[in-house]
Amino acid sequence: MTRRERRALDTEAYREWNGGYRSYDLVKEASIALGLILALCVVLTILFSSPDEKPSTVQSWARSDPVDFVTTATTELDGSSGTAGYGPPYNHASGGQHVWFIHLQKWLGVSHPVDTAKDFVLAPLRSIAGQPALQAAVTAYESASAKQQTAWTGAYEKNLTKATAGANGSISVPDGGYGPLPTMMSGLLRFAQGGGLDGVLLTSPQFYQTDYTKPLLFMADGSVLSDRAHAEHLLGRQWGIMNETGSYPGQVWLWLYTFWYQIKPFSTSANADILVMGLMGVLSLALVLIPFIPGIRDVPRWIPLYRLIWRDHYRSVYG
Amino acid sequence: MSVAEDRSWTGRLRRRAVGALPPEKLLPDKQPSYVSSWIYVFGVLSLSCLAVIIGSGTILALKGPGWWHFTGVGHFFNSIHLWSVELFFFFMVVHLWGKYWMAAWRGGRARVWITGAVTFLVAIPCALTGYVSQQNFDAQWISTQAKDAMNSAGIGAFFNLLNFGQMYSYHVLLLPSAVVAIVVAHILLVRKHGVVPPFELQATAAKAPEPTATAESVEQETPA
Repeated sequence: MTRRERRALDTEAYREWNGGYRSYDLVKEASIALGLILALCVVLTILFSSPDEKPSTVQSWARSDPVDFVTTATTELDGSSGTAGYGPPYNHASGGQHVWFIHLQKWLGVSHPVDTAKDFVLAPLRSIAGQPALQAAVTAYESASAKQQTAWTGAYEKNLTKATAGANGSISVPDGGYGPLPTMMSGLLRFAQGGGLDGVLLTSPQFYQTDYTKPLLFMADGSVLSDRAHAEHLLGRQWGIMNETGSYPGQVWLWLYTFWYQIKPFSTSANADILVMGLMGVLSLALVLIPFIPGIRDVPRWIPLYRLIWRDHYRSVYG
Repeated sequence: MSVAEDRSWTGRLRRRAVGALPPEKLLPDKQPSYVSSWIYVFGVLSLSCLAVIIGSGTILALKGPGWWHFTGVGHFFNSIHLWSVELFFFFMVVHLWGKYWMAAWRGGRARVWITGAVTFLVAIPCALTGYVSQQNFDAQWISTQAKDAMNSAGIGAFFNLLNFGQMYSYHVLLLPSAVVAIVVAHILLVRKHGVVPPFELQATAAKAPEPTATAESVEQETPA
């Protein structure tokens, strides 16, 4: 008998059960289970409630850490921020991640275009009315050569590391050749601290807004989110997004996905995300196809936990 | 039965459905005698959690996504929703492990296993879209971190975790519908094929009842 014939015989042997049956009330069991689960959820709710940490806003960020805000805005302006160099789906600054010859990120293209200089800095500044000196500074920056712009932003970024925040929310940067940047960044900082930038970053051609891509990318480029995440043990090296704020269980079912980021080669690879996604895709497919994978499908026969599961049955039938 | 009834699409569909799942299989009042272990309760516990998830989620959806942030009642139902999700995944994972160690795909039951495993996999993005729809710091952090994985695989081009409106739609309609549809298929397959029989113990197989493929199932009442 071939292996295939043996498996076919095995399949047929377990298709139908011709032994004894016992009484069973499906509806009663389901009703009791539903009642128990509902009661358990209510008890857990009363005991532990659920977390709800207030979101950060661009306004709260600009007020609590104006130096970081201005530093981030400057990197958005000169194209050195994380978002500015991200690649698809936001821009063409890089090809994105890939594995072997597979460049899915690049192939799917730029579907949510973000021009960090224009969207995060220049357009918001242009939306501020009644400040001719500020508008003149923006015009001066836009009219300058790329080389001149880079010289200004480079010098400004260098000295922003020595900047200090004043009591009134402004920042103080050592003197240098920054061109119109101090005027622009002071204007943007005041605009953000007043809440105006939160609104402008959400603006789209229509009245209703639900897309937070731009303000979230802007804040993610700074340290406002990562500082809070670090305090809440949510960083990637702290098992990242499977955790929850506070001491609550988060998405613990993502433990295997998060696990790969903790070990090499994933933890040191520039293509970690696509490598982990690819690996988890293969493992997910394997989970679904276990019945057809020799070896894995046979483990339950080799390690007879089934003797424990069906011990009553075996005792009654085999003695 | 008239000729028209016999050939109508409706008649054919009804006969096929009743043939595959007669009422006594769909809502059985008997179980094979071997269905006697605590491991069997995790399937129905998972289903109960899903019912609580949908119920609490429906109440949250009725009042809108911002309600639970500023009312005690809203926060209560959000907590019910959270804990039912946590329990759902816990019970579902135990259920999956239990079925693995039973090799529950035997006897032509591969589709039962496949629909169960796919339910688990589809439930993961269903939960993820819920986490990024919370409109709090957790949502901000998870969405800005998880976007890199989505973008790296090209999924981010059409599934934008930073777009609250899109994620909310996925969370309250598209993905729950998919989960429920697959769970319904899973349950119907379980009812059609029945619970997988135990492994035969080879050493003493002579004493065991002989499961045969061709014989009709003989239902015998035995004490539980």
